[in-house]
Parts: sequence; structure tokens; C-alpha cells
Amino acid sequence: MRYLPHTPEDVADMLAQVGVESLDALFATIPKDCCCRLDMKLPRALTEWELDDHMDALASRTAVSPNFKVYMGAGSYDHYVPAAARHVLARSEFVTSYTPYQPEISQGTLQAIYEYQTLASRLMGTEVATASHYDGSTALAEALLMAIRVTRKKRVAVSAAVHPHHRRVVETYFDPTGYEIVELPYLADGRTDLAPLDSLEDLAAVAVQSPNFFGCIEDLQAAADATHAEEAVFVASFTEPLAFGLLKNPGSLGADIVCGEGQSLGLPRSFGGPGLGMLGSRMKFVRSLPGRLVGRTQDTDGRDGFVLTLATREQHIRREKATSNICTNNSLCALTAAVYMAALGATGFRELAGLNHDKAEYLKNSLAQAGFDAPFSSPTFNEFVIRFPGDFDTLYGRLLENRIVAGLPLAKYYPELSDCTLLCATETAGKSDLDNLVKEVRS
Amino acid sequence: MTDTLGTTGLILNEPLLWEKGCKGRRGYSLPRRDVPVSSLDPDLTGSGPDFPDLSEMDLVRHYTRLSTWNFGVDTGTYPLGSCTMKYNPKTNERQAGLPGFAAAHPLLPPTLAQGALALMHDLQRYLAEITGMDAVSLQPAAGAHGELAGMLLIYAYHRSKGTQRSKIIIPDTAHGTNPASAALCGYHPVPIQSGAQGILTAEAVAAVMDEETAGIMVTNPNTLGLFEQNIRQITDIVHAKGGLVYCDGANMNAVMGIVDLKAIGVDVLHLNLHKTFSTPHGGGGPGSGPVCVHNRLEPFLPVPRVIKEGDTYTLSEEFPQSIGKLDAFHGHFGVMVRAYSYILSLGPDGLKRASQLAVLNANYIKEKLKGTFHLPHDRPCMHECVFSDKNQGSYGVTTLDMAKRLMDYGFHPPTIYFPLVVPGAIMIEPTETECKEDIDRFIDAMQEIAREAAENPQLLHDAPHNSKVRRLDEVAAARKPCLKG
Repeated sequence: MRYLPHTPEDVADMLAQVGVESLDALFATIPKDCCCRLDMKLPRALTEWELDDHMDALASRTAVSPNFKVYMGAGSYDHYVPAAARHVLARSEFVTSYTPYQPEISQGTLQAIYEYQTLASRLMGTEVATASHYDGSTALAEALLMAIRVTRKKRVAVSAAVHPHHRRVVETYFDPTGYEIVELPYLADGRTDLAPLDSLEDLAAVAVQSPNFFGCIEDLQAAADATHAEEAVFVASFTEPLAFGLLKNPGSLGADIVCGEGQSLGLPRSFGGPGLGMLGSRMKFVRSLPGRLVGRTQDTDGRDGFVLTLATREQHIRREKATSNICTNNSLCALTAAVYMAALGATGFRELAGLNHDKAEYLKNSLAQAGFDAPFSSPTFNEFVIRFPGDFDTLYGRLLENRIVAGLPLAKYYPELSDCTLLCATETAGKSDLDNLVKEVRS
Repeated sequence: MTDTLGTTGLILNEPLLWEKGCKGRRGYSLPRRDVPVSSLDPDLTGSGPDFPDLSEMDLVRHYTRLSTWNFGVDTGTYPLGSCTMKYNPKTNERQAGLPGFAAAHPLLPPTLAQGALALMHDLQRYLAEITGMDAVSLQPAAGAHGELAGMLLIYAYHRSKGTQRSKIIIPDTAHGTNPASAALCGYHPVPIQSGAQGILTAEAVAAVMDEETAGIMVTNPNTLGLFEQNIRQITDIVHAKGGLVYCDGANMNAVMGIVDLKAIGVDVLHLNLHKTFSTPHGGGGPGSGPVCVHNRLEPFLPVPRVIKEGDTYTLSEEFPQSIGKLDAFHGHFGVMVRAYSYILSLGPDGLKRASQLAVLNANYIKEKLKGTFHLPHDRPCMHECVFSDKNQGSYGVTTLDMAKRLMDYGFHPPTIYFPLVVPGAIMIEPTETECKEDIDRFIDAMQEIAREAAENPQLLHDAPHNSKVRRLDEVAAARKPCLKG
């Protein structure tokens, strides 16, 4: 086996030095009744050639571009990743290193994550951003638990227009805690109804996603004001951070904690993971933040350098009193996001955001002209809800047969929207593809 | 010692990203615009993020230079205890990058995602077979997330029995994530001490186990690199009081094909695909922390679950007792592809041999260095061995000094000051992918450092000498946090 370098002579020599007879004898301290394994029933080892064939065959059984046109976002977006970004991200010094607990020989990762924290803060409009979380859903769960720690109150309100999967993860995290989750309904225009906030007591946090699951741009300032009136923490979440290239960022609209999914920033969809949990807040909450932070400092010679810092919040120091149990996070994904943001720059990021908006508007308008209406009137970014009146399943199924995935059917998540689909168009969708989608929908 | 691995060479300084480039440059090719500009309410629009504008070359040089300041497994020996820094096979990267995996949308109708679902289904089967457990969920995103999943499963199990328990037993050798994960479920950790031999005694567990205790979190092999020999009695004691046994499987690399975890009484175990199953650590993730369970916990596993019906794979939510969802989609699928490809590359015999050689390498280091460094538990070890700085204490040299000096010799330091039960711990896990020559070189470097400790302690206090930066002021970093530029 090419990953196991020991020759029979090496093994014999090393066993002799250890003073045992055989490899099996190395395990003599394991009691016999624990060591009763029969041979593992696994496929025999494949050669590299066999493995390639096997994996090619498996991978070919999944619908991806260019054979399929997939107009689906819903928390996982199709964006082009520049070759230069992919190239630098393959540097094995980044890929094969561990968490930078030894900063003298980890300055590459540390500076890159410090830069990520900076770019992420600028993007979200926060005063500080963490080094990363698993994904947008766990970042939201941790943000809400953080708000409970900060306020010492026990109830959170979460918009029904927050990604349904993210809400379910919050429910999982909250289940054993005894804290209560209240759902804020959505209005006829697709945005969150803030009116119920007036009657909620003991409120630690309000969470609103923008653009929300329906693609609608929320009035975050109004949500922040209503939240602050209840002396609660306003948590703004997102699944499509590219939107902040065009829209005002959540921090500038009064969000105290901003969190979300960063997959859009250069990460492949990869069947849903690994993604990137982004989380930032006001600096006054920094010692309550979950997760790692990189800080700038100096070495004994006065040179600038970077270290993991504020570790007294973390589990390896604080154990059960830590602000989170997170250890391994999604560092390489944060690095990927930083490389992607740097590749685009301010100019490219804004242009790309504009193009995404315009592609989706073109599709929305074309569908409207074809007689398909959008149930929600609020402005959207690069995805929107559209109604397929009549027999939804037949139309959706016919498009699938033509290798078009016409968005995400909403019936499973919102029974009242059973004839609706959530469509997404990014910069990767050409006009002719979009025209063809409209043609197929009409026919 | 002449001709050491570590040397000095030309590396380049590199400023922060935003100190480079200039407005109007770009490192990105936008697609040609083929749709009209569409206006958006100016009340909604902002000025966009303040990112630096860089050319493609600016970008490539920036990250290439940064990368040269890092030490990875591909750079050299990385004997970081408890972290299993084994070689990350390159074919795994190829497989994970296949468009059919990398470009797959997680919410595709299952009929259009058969390849991805088949892979997940089979990986679950393989992990069940490797551990001896009955069922597996791949959803947890990392080891600590797997621990949380395990705690949630135990919580849900007790609730289903109509009672809830308040405490959980955690040995003093546990990873810090264990108590933190238990606390997220509201469990109060009850610490117990390991015995004089570095392992848990049945008596210590029996003394605290009661019907208010949900179970125990054990790491086996433990963080001293020792197999918990009393595990059968311990799991019996816990089960007799209605508790469950959680096993932290971070150290599974020692016992693949050797120990059947279900047979020794484990109810739930998490694995770290980024340790035992060779997926890269990425400078701190992404990992993947599947949970493997006994039948009695299967109804509570996260949803959706991959189900095989005939030759077709589907995703099912029909598990009313499930703890729910742990992340937005299916977990870290890209990491799963790599682990799957590792398992297929080694096969059953290769996996077992990997464990055997990992244990051989660790015992070899233990034997070679135990005359030089204090070995608190002089017993056959599993995949790692734990020394301390006791012998060097009289020279005023600490574990930290020796760890930093090891960098000058071209090695990543071992894990230090963990486990907490060994003062000044030096925890060495070579893994099976290090060859004998590299291990001998590491042993020589350690012995040379011990000699330096006696003859020139200042050399060690001032180490490292050859790295990009010297020791950094962590106190100042925490006192006045500067977390962004």
C-alpha cells in the first residue's frame, strides 16, 4: 500500500527494538474479550486506476451542469470560481496543516484568517468576525445562544422566512436547553411580520434573514428598531452574501450579530458541504463570541505576527464553561472565501452582485410576460418565488425530463405555497438558457 | 548533530491584502453581460464592501508567499498527539473535485443525486463495519459536533424512557470538547480521575454512577495513548444503572480491525474523518464527525437519512424520534468523498495494517526516548505516547522550550500540556505514514534537544530561531484584541 512506507525489514527491526514478537503482540494490553474482531467485511483494496473508474461512475450519476440546468439556490449557489483562486487554494501548506496552535510556523494560515476576519467584517458590516463556523445554520444557532448569554433572557423570535433548514438546526440546538423559539410569520409581500414582537416578553433575540428564503429583501432597519425597542439583540442572517455587493450590509442597518452561510464566496456546492459559517458582532460582545479568533501581535523581536487569541472563551481552556464546544471549524473554507473576495475586489464584487440581480430580474420579468406571477411583491436579489398554476407536479416533472431543475418546490416547507417554486439565476446562467427555461415552462 | 532537516532559506515578506493593489484592478473575469441592467430601489442599495482591488498576479503571489510560512503534513513530520496528522492522499482530492460531486446541489431530487447518495450510504455501511456499530449518521460537521450529536442522542434516549438525567461522567483525561458538548445539553459534568496506571478503574466509575447520571464519555484509546482495559466492567456498571456509554473515537486510528466498539459496550461513538480517515485538516477544518450508534439509539439519529430501496437511494424524514437536523444539508459531503476513497484504497487489510503500524511507530518512539524523557506511564502504548519535561526541569527548560526548539530542527512540535493529568505533557503521535528514517530523524532531534537543554538552556528559551517569526506575545494579543485591519 503506497501510504504505508514500512518494509518487512523495517517492521522486523522496529518490533525487535520495541521488544515484541509480532504486530499483533503490540496489542497485548487489550483484554481478550475486547479484541474479538473478525475480519472486517469491506470491499477489497482498489488500485488508483480502479478507484478513478469507480468514482467517475458514481459521480456521473448526479445531475450537474452542463448536462442539466439547475436553477436552484435555497442556500447553495452556483458561482464561477476563478482558476487562480482554485490554484492557490491547492497549496498543500494550507491544506495539510492543523489548527495554528504553534503560531511561529503557522503564520500563513493565521495572516490569511486575520484577513478573512477583516473582509468578512467589511462585508457584513460588523466590528468583529470569527474565524469560521460549520455552516450558516450552526452559525445562526450559536448566534442565538450567544444572544441568550448576553441578555440572560430565555426566548428568541425567528422569522418564518429564515431558511427552513436553518430553523430546524436552531430547534435541534435549543431542544435540550429549555429556551423558547417563537416563529414570526411572513407578510403578503414576502417579508417578516414584526407586529408580534410587541407582545413578546423576556425576548433575548430576534432573527431575520435577508435576502430571506423567498429571496425577498427584508427591511432590516425596521426589524432592528423593533428588536431594540424590546431590549433584545437583533440577529441578521443570510444565505447569499454576494447580495451585500449591491445591498446595504446588515451591520449598517442595526444588526447586533450578523451570521450566515458563506458557500457563495468561492466554495463548490459539494452536495451541501463543507460550507462556511460566518458570524460577526459588535465589539462589545467579543468575549461572548463562540469560536476561534485570530489577533495581531508582535514577536520577541518586535515583528508583527498573528496568534489565536481570547482562548479563555474556548473549550480547551474553559471546558464546560466555554462559549461553544466548537474546535475544528471550517478554516480552509474561510480561507477560500477570503481568496474569492480578494479576487473580485470591491469593483468586481459589486459588478458581480449587479449581474446576479439583473439575471434574476430578467428571468422574473420574462416569466411575468409569459403569464407566471410572483406571489411576493418585495424586491429580490438573485432568487424569487414563482407560481406554476394548475398541476405543479406535472409541469415540474416535465421540465426535469428535459434536464431542467426549475428551482425548489416549496410545498414541503410551506404547504400554503404548494404551487410555488423558488427559482435562482446567478451569473452562470446565460440569457439563452434563461429564454429556454421560459419557453419550456410555457409550452 | 549535523545536516539537520531544519534550515534557513529565503522567504519573502508580504503585506496585508489591503496594503496591496490599487483601485480599479481586478483578479476576476466577469461573464459578458447579456441581460439589461435592472434598477433596484436606491433605499436598499449600498456602496458595496470595501475590499482591495488586486490583479490576478497580486492575488497569486500573496497567497503563495503566505503558504510558505506554514508547516503542513506535506512539509514534514507532524507528530501532533490526538490529531492524527497522517498523509492526505492526493487521489482523494481528485475524487472530491469531480463535477458530479463538487457541483451537486444538495436539494436535487434524490432521483438526480443517486451517485452522491450511494456514496453516503456505502460510507455509512463501511464505518459501521469498521467500528462494529449498528448504524451511522454522517451529518456532524466535526468531532465536537459529533460529540454534541452523541449527547443529543443520549438526551433523546432518556427522554423516550420518560425520565431525564442531569449528570454525565467525564474522566480527567478527556478532550476539552467533551465537557463543553455535554454542557450544551444541560448535563453537569462529573469528573473522575484515572487510576495510577493512567486508565480508569471500575471502582471510580461505580462510585459516582447513579440513576441521575445519563452516562459516561470515555475516550478509548485514551489521551495518554493507553487502552482502557477495564472498559467492559465500566460499560456494564453504567448500563446497569440505566446509563449509556459515549466513546470519543478521536483515537480510532489505533484500533481499526482490532477492537469491536459495540462488543465492548459502547452505545455511541464519533469518528473524525479528518484524523483516522486521512482527510486534510485544512489549517483547522473542515472536518467531519460521523456518529456510529448501537441499535437502541438508531431511532434518534439525525434526519434526513439515506435509505436504500432496491437499487434506489432516497432521503427519508420518517423518523419521528429523530433529534432533528445538525446542519443545513447532509454534512460535509466533500470530506466524506475523501474518506470513502481512502477506505476503498486501503481495503480491510490495509486499514488494519495502518492501525498496526501507527501503534508500532508510537511504541518505537516510546522505547527510543524513554531513557531521555520522563515517561509517566511506562506501558505498551497505542498510537501515541506521552512524555513530560520532568527530567529537563532541573535545567529550567520546559516543554514549551523544547517544542519551540523542535521547529528549528524541521519538525512540527507534538501536542503539549495535554492531557492535563501529566504536568508538562509532550504527546507524540507519529501516525503510520511516517517511515522509519523520518522517525529516527525525529528521535535524534529530540535527543539532541535534551542534550542542549543540559548544556545551553538559553538556546531553548530563545527558540525557535529559524522560523518566520519568533515567539509571539499572546498576552498582549488577548489584552488589547486587534482582530481586523
